Amino acid sequence: MSEKVIDTAPAEEVPAELAKVQTPFRRFASDFFESKIATVALVVLIGIVFIAIFAPWISPQNPYDLASVSVLDSKQPPGSQHFDGWTFHLGTDGAGRDLLSAIFYGLRISLGVGVISGIIALVIGATIGMAAAYFGGRIDTLIMRIVDIQLSFPAILVALILLAMLGKGVDKIIIALVIVQWAYFARTVRASALVERNKEYIEAATCLALGHNRIVFRHMLPNCMPPLIVVGTLQTAAAISLEATLSFLGVGLPVSEPSLGLLISNGFDYMLSGLFWISFFPGIALLIMIVAINLVGDQLRDVLNPRLQR
Amino acid sequence: MTVFIIRRLMQSALVVLVMSFLVFTGVNIVGDPVEMMVSDEADQEERDRVIKSMGLDKPWYTQYGLFVVNAFKGDLGNSFVYGEPALQIIVERMPATFELALVSLFMSIIIGIPLGVWAGLFPEKLSSKIVMSGSILGFSLPSFWVGLMMIMVFAVMLGWLPSTGRGDTVEILGINLSFLTADGLSHIFLPAVNLALFNTSLVIRLTRAGVREAVHQDYIKFARAKGLSNTRVIMVHLMKNIMIPVITVLGLEFGGLIAFSVVTETVFAWPGMGKLIIDAIQSLDRPIVVAYLMIIVLVFVVINLVVDILYSILDPRVRIQDVKS
Amino acid sequence: MTDSAPTLEVRDLKTHFFTKAGLAKAVDGVSFTVGKGEVMGLVGESGSGKSVTGFSIIGLVDPPGEVVGGEVLYNGKNLVGLPEEEMRQLRGNRVAMIFQDPMMTLNPVLRVDTQMMETIKAHDSSVNDAEAFQRCRDALGQVGIPAPEERLKSYPHQFSGGMRQRVAIAIALLNKPDLIIADEPTTALDVTIQGQILYEAQKLCRETGTSMIWITHDLAVVAGLADKICVMYGGRVVEQGSIDDVLDNPVHPYTHGLLGSVPGGNNKRGNRLYQIPGMAPSLLNLPQGCAFQARCPRGDAACNIEPEITNPVENRDVRCFHPHLGESEDESEGANA
Repeated sequence: MSEKVIDTAPAEEVPAELAKVQTPFRRFASDFFESKIATVALVVLIGIVFIAIFAPWISPQNPYDLASVSVLDSKQPPGSQHFDGWTFHLGTDGAGRDLLSAIFYGLRISLGVGVISGIIALVIGATIGMAAAYFGGRIDTLIMRIVDIQLSFPAILVALILLAMLGKGVDKIIIALVIVQWAYFARTVRASALVERNKEYIEAATCLALGHNRIVFRHMLPNCMPPLIVVGTLQTAAAISLEATLSFLGVGLPVSEPSLGLLISNGFDYMLSGLFWISFFPGIALLIMIVAINLVGDQLRDVLNPRLQR
Repeated sequence: MTVFIIRRLMQSALVVLVMSFLVFTGVNIVGDPVEMMVSDEADQEERDRVIKSMGLDKPWYTQYGLFVVNAFKGDLGNSFVYGEPALQIIVERMPATFELALVSLFMSIIIGIPLGVWAGLFPEKLSSKIVMSGSILGFSLPSFWVGLMMIMVFAVMLGWLPSTGRGDTVEILGINLSFLTADGLSHIFLPAVNLALFNTSLVIRLTRAGVREAVHQDYIKFARAKGLSNTRVIMVHLMKNIMIPVITVLGLEFGGLIAFSVVTETVFAWPGMGKLIIDAIQSLDRPIVVAYLMIIVLVFVVINLVVDILYSILDPRVRIQDVKS
Repeated sequence: MTDSAPTLEVRDLKTHFFTKAGLAKAVDGVSFTVGKGEVMGLVGESGSGKSVTGFSIIGLVDPPGEVVGGEVLYNGKNLVGLPEEEMRQLRGNRVAMIFQDPMMTLNPVLRVDTQMMETIKAHDSSVNDAEAFQRCRDALGQVGIPAPEERLKSYPHQFSGGMRQRVAIAIALLNKPDLIIADEPTTALDVTIQGQILYEAQKLCRETGTSMIWITHDLAVVAGLADKICVMYGGRVVEQGSIDDVLDNPVHPYTHGLLGSVPGGNNKRGNRLYQIPGMAPSLLNLPQGCAFQARCPRGDAACNIEPEITNPVENRDVRCFHPHLGESEDESEGANA
């Protein structure tokens, strides 16, 4: 029976399970693409962004160029022919505009307004949220009270009132959307910032007397990113939907910047006479865009949620 | 418990006061009502007379003070468009909106909760995945468009249901309710479903999330270790725990329903408060806008209060804490 | 110790977890018996599979885990593969379980009396509310909770940790089960409470003749409480025998190491406390052969084959090729000179 000398220091046995070296991004990407639905949604979304950016070049017709539009073509069902030979794939609206082109241009506006307002709201909301979490105390209570009160009122109501006060115009819509959305971002960021704030590395950074800015932006912010990204995505979808609703109600974007909401509203009158396509197709486009964004956002949320990590 | 209620009441009163100030000052930036009341040819004297009669010449804090005093008397001014007391006009239309909102809420509860529990208990089944995809559609779809399509399909193409308007009503306690008549039901069905879409999806997702979290808790395992039947574990142990957040959200969402009815009422030409406010905004009918906002604020504050109280009844942990403070 | 047929006989039980990261053999061929009125200590460190064994017996292993082999004979009847409804009738009735964390075991939104009375009514629907209430009150008195009537009407968060655990024990005893499985019930409590609960548990078992399996990682707990001890490592039983025999003469190197690392005794003050070198293996990645090999001072090439259970000493099950046999304490490794 052999007797080994016992080494009373703990042995350095590291279980060799961490074989593959994976960068965080690669892991995130592979987790994300696990869901086929989300992957498809992402592809669709990229397609929509592409259409939105290149709309003037890929549309068969510029529907807002009065010269190329003729009222003689109005109310044509899908598939009918333009006298120049090309097809109105989705029909025409009451003024004779090719619906497909109108939808392309409309996507541009809907997406643009939604994204811009989302980004501005994110920046403002995130800054305020982090300030609330970082400074704590009275500032925090005050800010959160405001956030709570604003969030307890439905977005559409707040938007309606704001637009009633501000009037029409793209910039007014964006302002209204930003005011409606900032509170979500503030609340989300504050929640994760609070968690970070209580962690020891912030205490350490404070002891090193790093400036506020540096602590907040270089240390706390990166850790608040995941929920922020998720909320940002989902909020963009909500903003697009809200803008469409407001345009439909007639208090949204002016006629000169026709978003999909306005197109649908235009088609409302023709619906009862059976000319369904004027409202139908823009609605489908809107739907696809919103659903795609929501599916991507949903998967992002599942993937980035630390609690669901296996 | 009473301390809790009193404190919340005081907070609510404060909120109403603050909101009234915001509403008043906010709306008074809107356009120039004098332009509306007076024809273009009127000269300055005429305008002055109108301004004076509407009290617009007084400094804003006096105007606000008058506003508050009158509000307590129940007088929120007369509509510029209809010429009648704004409050009265709104109150006349309240039952229609509330009825729509309540029927919607009811639908979203009886459809949403069972589906959510199912999806939470059996997340891998195909039916659950379909339910979850459906719920994503439910809150992604712009509801006004869905409403249009519903009218298109069910009213125009199939002719099963009427497309617009409210049905016959029955008067109970001085209020006209339409869901008690067959005709009323057929009219309220489509708009209520349309309004309920978003909420139902929310309820499904909430319930499912709650179930998925609760199902792994120790107390569920312990309940099974005691030999309780699955039915009891789900219906008593599980439900009571997830009900709390679900009911809280539902209560708060009721306010959202009332607000969102603005859209549904426009699509379905439902004669409620929502349609009124849209028209009022477009026509700059200030008193109506102000009155509507005040009513909404009141409704919201009351809802929040009720939900808070309900929450403390349902969750014994909250109750005890509050008593201690 | 056992004078009649054993209450519980576990034969070659295997429970595997089919996870995304791989197959974890949490319980890999575990066998033991528990006699009537006997207290068995199931000892092992985290990840040894002891809790899963407990859950496997009572049939509460959740996916991705599954009992894949072996038998669990309760009074002769095999519980593995028993239809769920029959299993349900046994749980909380003839076989009860107490969990580790008293904070989350009781449902926070239900009153204590509800949670106690439902245990009775689930197994005997003829009992009326008043009767059930009485029994609950008596049970609380039995576990030493003062003013039981008031306590019954309270909510779990109004109790301290120790009290909650007593309530859990009371619930376990309500239907006078033949077997109680206690999964580290005192680990989450502080030491003084732990002592009280241990004492009461022992008393109750003696009085009622209930068998108990007490799952723990703490040798001190079993020393005072159990009649026999079963040591687990890497999902397998490595040593089993009566408590006095095992504690006085540990045969398996792991048990030897465990006892050697307890403060006091051979670990003199001022000297470095002995520890078993290395870490417990992950159940996903068990080594070939004996699971303890890498950390064992006696390990050699022979240990690459999994040892079977042998009886090198009377009334002792050991799974080792190099057991400690007949050595005095001074010679055994692990002691500091």
